[in-house]
Amino acid sequence: MLTRKVKNRLLSIFVFIFFLIFLVYFILSSLNKNILYFKTPSEVFSSVDILEKNKSQSLRVGGMVKKGSINVDDNEIKFVITDFKNEILVSYKGTVPNLFSEEKGVIAEGKFSDKKFFLADRILAKHDENYIPPELKEIKKND
Amino acid sequence: MISSHTVITVVRNFMFNIFSTSSIFSIINKLIKFFSSLIFIALAVGLTFALLISPPDYIQKDSVRIMYVHVPSAWLSLATFSIMTLFFILNFVFKIKNLQLINYSIAPIGLLFTCLAIITGAAWGKPTWGTWWAWDARLTSMLALLFFYVLIILSLKFISPVERSLKLATLFSIIGSINIPIIKYSVDWWNTLHQPASIKFTGTSTIHSSFLVPLFLMLLVFLIFSALIFLMKYKTEIIKMKKKGLNKYD
Repeated sequence: MLTRKVKNRLLSIFVFIFFLIFLVYFILSSLNKNILYFKTPSEVFSSVDILEKNKSQSLRVGGMVKKGSINVDDNEIKFVITDFKNEILVSYKGTVPNLFSEEKGVIAEGKFSDKKFFLADRILAKHDENYIPPELKEIKKND
Repeated sequence: MISSHTVITVVRNFMFNIFSTSSIFSIINKLIKFFSSLIFIALAVGLTFALLISPPDYIQKDSVRIMYVHVPSAWLSLATFSIMTLFFILNFVFKIKNLQLINYSIAPIGLLFTCLAIITGAAWGKPTWGTWWAWDARLTSMLALLFFYVLIILSLKFISPVERSLKLATLFSIIGSINIPIIKYSVDWWNTLHQPASIKFTGTSTIHSSFLVPLFLMLLVFLIFSALIFLMKYKTEIIKMKKKGLNKYD
């Protein structure tokens, strides 16, 4: 038998949870842009702010390393980040993570020096969700 | 014709009986014996699969083995928090003393697994991503989970009287539980450094079966381990309560 007290507590919990979900939803949707850890090249080009007003602002750009675009010469590595719509040319001095390679995810942290040229201070490799044993990878390549 | 009131009475009586401390005490000892005989076999099999039989990944190489600790602990930290919140709410509404004791025993386990998930994640992130830590949505929400665990444990330990400490812990657990779906879906909703889930409820998984066997074996080991820790702690909590003479239901 539900007593009056139990009913009241049950009701208060439900009301509390209901309002809490609403609150969190509004907080998250207003923060939506800031939660992004990196921007894709298309997102960068669609926002005028980054390219025109806040050129000195540090940001992260992420996407795929374009095939055949990695170019290494005296301590400097140049490559192209692509999201298959837009491209950004990145230049970086320093060591790259082991997983950094062509057609793999990458995140570059740094500043734009001009519209299509990005100077990175840090390179992070992004791992995708695929887990494959090495033998199977060879079979796939041969196909 | 069964009225809703009779159903509720039956359910409540069932809950009181199954959670009544005296009937449960003898079962605990048997379960502890059972699980402790099981854990070393499971651990040996699990570790053999994780460290020897499992192939290295084609790109991560051997650091894929960290996943066998990282993923089960992350799953368990989320599962533990959900169960804990459910019990806190049930305890708040129906005032079932035993759920309170269960939660005293569950909370530290969840904290342990959250720490384990974060530490192993950092150890994996350094060779893979090139950094120990990044403030992306998944990692940050996981850190928030850690803080909620700490808040709940602190309020259970240091706030008196018991009623107030429980109310506070219930509040923290409800607020913290909103974080659970955020952790789960953060990798789908926002751009994150952390990769999306490889094992999906619907659709095909993007992880090869040779990695899945060790993963689920290690999950089993972790489940047995947490059951064992839980039972030991729960036993202590019952003894503590009986000593205090606070038992209202026996």
